[in-house]
Amino acid sequence: MRPTARHLAAGLLVLAWAWAIPALAVEPDEVLDDPALEERARALSVNLRCLVCQNQSIDDSNAELAKDLRVLVRERLVAGDSDKEVIDFVVARYGEFVLLRPRFSLRNAALWATPAVLLVVGGMFIFLNSRAKRSGPLPLSAEERKKLDAILRKSRDTD
Amino acid sequence: MMIETGHFALVLAFALSLAQVVLPLVGARTGDARLMATGRPVAITCFAMTALAFAALVMAYVLSDFSVVNVFENSHSQKPMLYKVTGTWGNHEGSMLLWVLILTLFGALVAAFGRNLPATLQATVLSVQGMVGAAFFLFILMTSNPFARLNPAPIEGRDLNPILQDIGLAIHPPLLYLGYVGFSVCFSFAVAALIEGRIDAAWARWVRPWTLVAWVFLTGGIAMGSFWAYYELGWGGFWFWDPVENASFMPWLAGTALLHSAIVMEKRGALKIWTLLLSILTFSLSLLGTFLVRSGVLTSVHAFASDPSRGVFILAILVFFIGGALALFAWRSQSLAPGGLFHPISREGALVLNNLFLSTATATVLVGTLYPLAIEAVTGDKISVGEPFFNLTFGPVFAVLLVAVPFGPLLAWKRGDLFAAAQRLTMAFALAALAGILALLFLDRNAALAALGIGLAFWLVFGALTDLALRAGIGKVTPRTALRRLVGLPRSAHGTALAHLGLGLSTLGVVAVVTLQTETILTMKPGETVDVADYTLRFEALSPHRGPNYTEDQGIFPVFNADGDRIATIMSSKRLYTARRMPTTEAGIETLGLSQLYVSLGDETDDGGVVVRIWWKPLVTLIWLGALVMMIGGTLSLADRRLRVGAPARPRKAEPAAAAP
Repeated sequence: MRPTARHLAAGLLVLAWAWAIPALAVEPDEVLDDPALEERARALSVNLRCLVCQNQSIDDSNAELAKDLRVLVRERLVAGDSDKEVIDFVVARYGEFVLLRPRFSLRNAALWATPAVLLVVGGMFIFLNSRAKRSGPLPLSAEERKKLDAILRKSRDTD
Repeated sequence: MMIETGHFALVLAFALSLAQVVLPLVGARTGDARLMATGRPVAITCFAMTALAFAALVMAYVLSDFSVVNVFENSHSQKPMLYKVTGTWGNHEGSMLLWVLILTLFGALVAAFGRNLPATLQATVLSVQGMVGAAFFLFILMTSNPFARLNPAPIEGRDLNPILQDIGLAIHPPLLYLGYVGFSVCFSFAVAALIEGRIDAAWARWVRPWTLVAWVFLTGGIAMGSFWAYYELGWGGFWFWDPVENASFMPWLAGTALLHSAIVMEKRGALKIWTLLLSILTFSLSLLGTFLVRSGVLTSVHAFASDPSRGVFILAILVFFIGGALALFAWRSQSLAPGGLFHPISREGALVLNNLFLSTATATVLVGTLYPLAIEAVTGDKISVGEPFFNLTFGPVFAVLLVAVPFGPLLAWKRGDLFAAAQRLTMAFALAALAGILALLFLDRNAALAALGIGLAFWLVFGALTDLALRAGIGKVTPRTALRRLVGLPRSAHGTALAHLGLGLSTLGVVAVVTLQTETILTMKPGETVDVADYTLRFEALSPHRGPNYTEDQGIFPVFNADGDRIATIMSSKRLYTARRMPTTEAGIETLGLSQLYVSLGDETDDGGVVVRIWWKPLVTLIWLGALVMMIGGTLSLADRRLRVGAPARPRKAEPAAAAP
């Protein structure tokens, strides 16, 4: 890969993160007057990644860029966008990288399907295994026992 | 001179670890008792040499010897003594040295306390342990030498990252590594069993104490890390699903599964091959975690190293050990005799279910952590996998597991009665439902999710208590007999109940904070007040202070209760560390009962106010208190007579002290 570019990026990330600490995430002047709209904005922000941070949502982050994005989300909401429209707008600008919850798409199929597939496959494996085992050494049923006894008695009688 | 001594000791430790690989193994394969016997002293000496190297580095930090590059880059002469010492492992080289120190410590413990093991098994275990050690010694010596010198020596150091200048650094990494690396013993036992081609219930009995020790420490390490992030990073989060956190969480999940499957193997002789595989996988995940953190593949809040050459080296170690162990497993596991039989509805069946869900949870975290890397490597696209993903996938899987937990201990071995178990849990269920309903009525009528979560948490708590009550026969015999029986129960029974109870407490804390916390963001001027939960906070003033290596603005917030009495004073500050010109926030936290008020300062405004963010975190302390209860449970279980047969010595007295964080 490109170690130098990556190094630089990492260095910048650390720098941006360190430099951004003292300010807080959502600031009073950003908060919308309409509480319902503000709540939607917060809910959306939790799912949007602060692009210059390390695994932080814009809701948690205090970086300048996160603030810009928070303001952008609120602007779109005030303009009357639906939640989906806001998300689509942000993704169109910054790419899917901005989503902390990846989309359900073919590319992400393995990601989303893993838990369910493992549970089903693992569960089936255990189920089949336990059935196979049970068919072997389970004790004889009462009927079988009677039959066996009869056979044994018969053979003893003939002796 | 001291530095060179340390360096030399480290090289010697490497050489000794090579001897530890070869001699006992050759002895075990050829049946030469003298060669096998060399393993013990070699392992102990190897630890002693590593300890000497480590001590030399600590001394360099204590004396602020800036002729050592590592000390120059991560220390400062004005730094408080505690942080000089802990700064030793607050950087890549030093933390790797701590890693091998703990690895060789476990090797030495196996050597010292494993005398009741069959000689060939002990020799083989020590040899495998030596292999891991040798690989990491080589890694340190070739890519991350902490003893490199600097000439001419600078007059002053660059100081430690201020985030790390905290008591948390003294506790978190050692605990975490004791857990992470402790699983290496299980790994070595598994590989040794595969090499020997023999495995039985006794093997599980030898492995279980080591698993327990590692698990107890890892539980403490993760909880401590979470608590540290909570108070240090300044926004009151306790878990971020950060790749580095995931790296420590995966071995914990797999280790928890291992703990449970080893019980089945020990008691019933079943699940042998699976337990073996889990032993390998758990330490493999520890290695993977080391790789992810140390290689700089992931840039995250916690990673303080990034160097591709190191990454490639650890990747090679990773491939060798995980690949080698799994290949050996594929080759030899068929020759191991399968274990006992059981009905699906039984204690064994419940533990298998536990393993299914824990393994799925582990895999979910693993895929979520690695998927962005894989996608970027394959397609070049960048995607993010964050908290919302894990809440949607890991959340339900773990919730189902939690629902099932109280049933497990109530089912009989071999063939259990689910209906009877459910009947005996009626009381616990009723109480849990009551708790949920009360939460719905009194706390927040709209929070159905909160009520469900709180019900689930109490279900775990009362389920664990039911188990103890039934075993003691409370209600069936006289209270005095019941009490005597309760005290006389095997320690492992208390351990199980406490661990499950702790899990319930942690769940309660998480649910309460996630669903019921409140947040207030506002600009305050001196003298202004604000109501949060049932309390009133007044902003008194912002006053400047000087610390040993920082300056700070301290905000003072007296707290008043509903009656208007002043009950506490919260200090929240913004610091500037002078050496690195790095600002940090020091959140002000006041514990009220089990809940906390959390105050963080922001920018000052032009009109003399300051931005303040205040959280009410209901029952938040339970998250970590629950982990503490889990650790106590694990420690009690370790003290069980049955396990002491193969446990490290008879540490009846030493153990509680060792487990305390």
